[in-house]
Amino acid sequence: MAIDKKTVEYVAHLARIELQPIELERLSLQLDDIIGFIDKLSCLDAEQIKSASHILPVCNVLRDDEPHICLTPEKALENAPSKKGNFFSVPKIIE
Amino acid sequence: MTELNHLTAHELLDKLSKKEATAQAIQGALYTRIQKIDKKVKAYLRMDKLISSESIKTKAEEPGRNGFNLYGLPISIKDNICTQGFVTECCSKILQGFNPPYDATVINKLKEASAEIFPLKTNMDEFAFGSSTENSYFGATHNPWNLDCVPGGSSGGSAAAVASDEAIWALGSDTGGSIRQPASFCGVVGLKPTYGRVSRFGLIAFASSLDQIGPITKDVRDAAILSQIISGFDPKDSTSINQPVPEYTKSLGLDIKGLKFGIPKEYFVEGMDAEVKIIIQEAIAKLNTLGAFSHQVSLPHTEYAVPVYYIIATAEASSNLARFDGVQYGYRAKSDNLIQMYKKTRGEGFGDEAKRRIILGTFALSHGYYDAYYLRALKARTLIKQDFDKIFKDFDCIITPTCPTAAFKIGEKTKDPLKMYLSDIYTISVNLAGIPAISIPCGFTKGGLPVGLQIMAKAFNEEVLFRVAHAYEQNTQWHKLKPKL
Amino acid sequence: MKYQTVIGLEVHLQLKTKTKAFCSCAIDFGKTPNSSCCPVCLGFPGTLPVYNKEALNSAIKVALALDCQIQEHTKFDRKNYFYPDLPKNYQISQFDLPLSKNGFLNITTGGNSKRIGITRVHLEEDAGKLIHEADMSLVDFNRTGIPLLEIVSEPEISSPQEAFDYLTSLKSIIEYLDVSDCDMEKGSLRCDANISLRPEGVKELGIKTELKNMNSFKGVKDALTFEVIRQTELLINKSVMAQETRSWDAEKGATISMRSKEGAKDYRYFPDPDLGAFIIDQGQINNIKELLPELPQGKLKRFMINYALSEYDARILVSSKKDSEFAEECLKQYPEKDKKHIVNWLIGPLMSEAHARKINLHETGIDILELINLIGFVAREEISHLSAKSVLSQMLDSKKSALELINENNLLQISDTGELEQIILAVIQENTKSANDFKVGKTNALMYLVGQVMKKSSGKANPKTVQELIRRRLT
Ligand SMILES: [Mg+2]
Ligand SMILES: [Zn+2]
Repeated sequence: MAIDKKTVEYVAHLARIELQPIELERLSLQLDDIIGFIDKLSCLDAEQIKSASHILPVCNVLRDDEPHICLTPEKALENAPSKKGNFFSVPKIIE
Repeated sequence: MTELNHLTAHELLDKLSKKEATAQAIQGALYTRIQKIDKKVKAYLRMDKLISSESIKTKAEEPGRNGFNLYGLPISIKDNICTQGFVTECCSKILQGFNPPYDATVINKLKEASAEIFPLKTNMDEFAFGSSTENSYFGATHNPWNLDCVPGGSSGGSAAAVASDEAIWALGSDTGGSIRQPASFCGVVGLKPTYGRVSRFGLIAFASSLDQIGPITKDVRDAAILSQIISGFDPKDSTSINQPVPEYTKSLGLDIKGLKFGIPKEYFVEGMDAEVKIIIQEAIAKLNTLGAFSHQVSLPHTEYAVPVYYIIATAEASSNLARFDGVQYGYRAKSDNLIQMYKKTRGEGFGDEAKRRIILGTFALSHGYYDAYYLRALKARTLIKQDFDKIFKDFDCIITPTCPTAAFKIGEKTKDPLKMYLSDIYTISVNLAGIPAISIPCGFTKGGLPVGLQIMAKAFNEEVLFRVAHAYEQNTQWHKLKPKL
Repeated sequence: MKYQTVIGLEVHLQLKTKTKAFCSCAIDFGKTPNSSCCPVCLGFPGTLPVYNKEALNSAIKVALALDCQIQEHTKFDRKNYFYPDLPKNYQISQFDLPLSKNGFLNITTGGNSKRIGITRVHLEEDAGKLIHEADMSLVDFNRTGIPLLEIVSEPEISSPQEAFDYLTSLKSIIEYLDVSDCDMEKGSLRCDANISLRPEGVKELGIKTELKNMNSFKGVKDALTFEVIRQTELLINKSVMAQETRSWDAEKGATISMRSKEGAKDYRYFPDPDLGAFIIDQGQINNIKELLPELPQGKLKRFMINYALSEYDARILVSSKKDSEFAEECLKQYPEKDKKHIVNWLIGPLMSEAHARKINLHETGIDILELINLIGFVAREEISHLSAKSVLSQMLDSKKSALELINENNLLQISDTGELEQIILAVIQENTKSANDFKVGKTNALMYLVGQVMKKSSGKANPKTVQELIRRRLT
């Protein structure tokens, strides 16, 4: 399975990454190369195999419903690139 | 007299307890060393945070609260492990200035042992994406054994700092070899613990199902001590395992007579450097003279490890790194439209390798490709794990080279990502299978570059790794050699 | 051509646990923005989720109450999309192995009962709140990470009224379980609706519209009603219909096309590697089953059997948990074996009084024994039904006893025949025509005469006794 520029562009949009034209060009070639290599996997007869979503030998990890101390709003917002009062602020949502 | 910074942690603990050294003197020696040589090695970040050795004030002596006492011993921390009070940026522009309001669990455990968290963090590939520490926003780290070479990666800063005596010991993280490969390239000891052994809370995630924090040290004893301190169940990490941690230092000094080692034939094929091959064979011979038996074994699905890894790791990374969007923390590009702000922030904030991996991972999860890539990779991962399960029924350890080559030249592989990916070929399977593995120095190339021996064991059997690694180390001198800087 | 409406509902329910789903932040409403937050729910790097035990228990309760099969193996997945109310830019949700599947909900609609299939009940986490200003949007993460349940119905609802009834029944069950506030206006229950039309007799579904932003059950019904009309017109005019998401504008009373954030196929679901799987065994399910409170359906049956209530009466009394508890207390304390009187008083006058006061049955504050006393006065025919209703109303306002109020208002009926005979005599004398009519067999005349006696006695005469006395006198 090869990957073309259009697919890379679409996937970059899903990942919300702006690519400069030259980056898109280069990345498309590199990804095509990498995916060509990864396609080795298609030789594997995997029909009968259970997929391991976790290799972990544990399950049912739960915590008690007991509250801890929250951050103060000041601390929560300390790293924010932009804030207004006690809110984080983002540019207008235009879709 | 040897400078204090040249010593191992356990040697220094000994000196501290005998009052032959002070916390201040140890830190002073480190600062002097860093000031003198980090210009060449570039193991550390944000050098402006380095205060002069005269103004060093260590906290009052206080024994550890968790049964360990590391008072007076500084530890260097990779930049992807959150440290309250010190900026943690994962060597990425996108996390610019991030000041975590929390400590990683490993940092808490170290603080409870009274360890000194060294104020300078170590360099790494951005978000641990790389095998050479060339993908850092702050520039490359150099290999102390040959400054034209890479130190390996992604924990290249930690490994180079330990190798050059700019650190006593350090923490790294290993997703596909990021502790073991730089340890091998820099001639130091590096351990990737069993998945779930060490809490990941506070480790900025690359690939959640593969990441583990581990020690990078000057010898095996230090690795055992540090592992024991940072290991153990953490209620804040659903993937940490509630199992008691054995006293690792008890495994040191035991002989290895009668242990059975598997030598996987798939690891000794083309692509492997001829010199490395000889050095590894000599190391195996050495282990045999110590009473172990080695037999050739097969891990038949090894060829799938790299493709499986690059699907699973990038898929998880694409989602883990979605949070870096300029809203709650880090870098934000200017824009008056949200979606453009996202795209610009991430386009400008991530480096090339990060973008490559995020896009590859997004692709592997996207509609129409999920079954062919991600799901198939999960299945192949099961096969790879089963390969190991089978061997460990009959063998105590698996012995391989850590890397197919010694350290390569800076810039040698940056143009060809696939070539770079293939340098992890011997370390990746361990992460996929969730098992522990250690890399120890086992020789040098004619060019004077260190070569690492990798020892793997079944899950939760770090003890046998320390036992074998220590037995080998005590019968060789490699770990005592120092780079000339 | 006639069209058939096909509706499926997707309900999101906030569970009222003490803490959030994946971190230990207290759930606290109406607080300062971003004050119920920690590094985990703010999506800070390196933080990890650990699921809330109580949320899982509550979820299993809901799934069991909806007769779903709890899946033995369940796990969390990540639903990936970028939005500023989602700090990690993925929502922890469930995809291919939900907590439970294949349940149903019995609803009563138009006097009939109907079974609506429940496709699945799964676990997820809530997003934050956005406030849109002219030049920017503000984000508050207090709500982020509150445990949610998503309850998806089969497309088996066939009218807006049925959708309303489905929600009412669902809310009633959840209230019985006491796991959520179920308040649509406050957002603890949210509902999206999928609706499509198809020509009668046709099997395959038409093109569906997803409706969002309704904030009351009535809003859901109104939006669906609007949509039925809109889609019918499109179909009749053979206009092109697009699969789209539309937003309900309650003020305009119309749905408006909205652009969706990311297409469903772009969510890139995959198992969350930060959370292990959950294996829920039958033992655990049985334990929770045993702890389940009686549910509306069970209480309905029990009321019908224990108190010999009609299904109609019982259904009214059990629809709200607290009302049903109050009603049962009344039923228990009512000394007669036949509960008909007390039930009629509960669903009749008392409920009207409650409605008029905009409160629930159990909130009227009436002393149950006093209510029973009042009913006794009526049953013994000491006061008229009409007078009793006015006494009831006064009881709610004044907290005085029934007897006090009856005396104050001088409402005791005249059953003393001597006194009545005098009035009757006077009435017959004044209405000789009617008296004669009755004598020749015109029975209607009797009722007229009784009415006249009642009037003369200002309603205090016992109509039965009056009738008897007139009959005796005139035959
Ligand atoms: Mg949902
Ligand atoms: Zn929180």
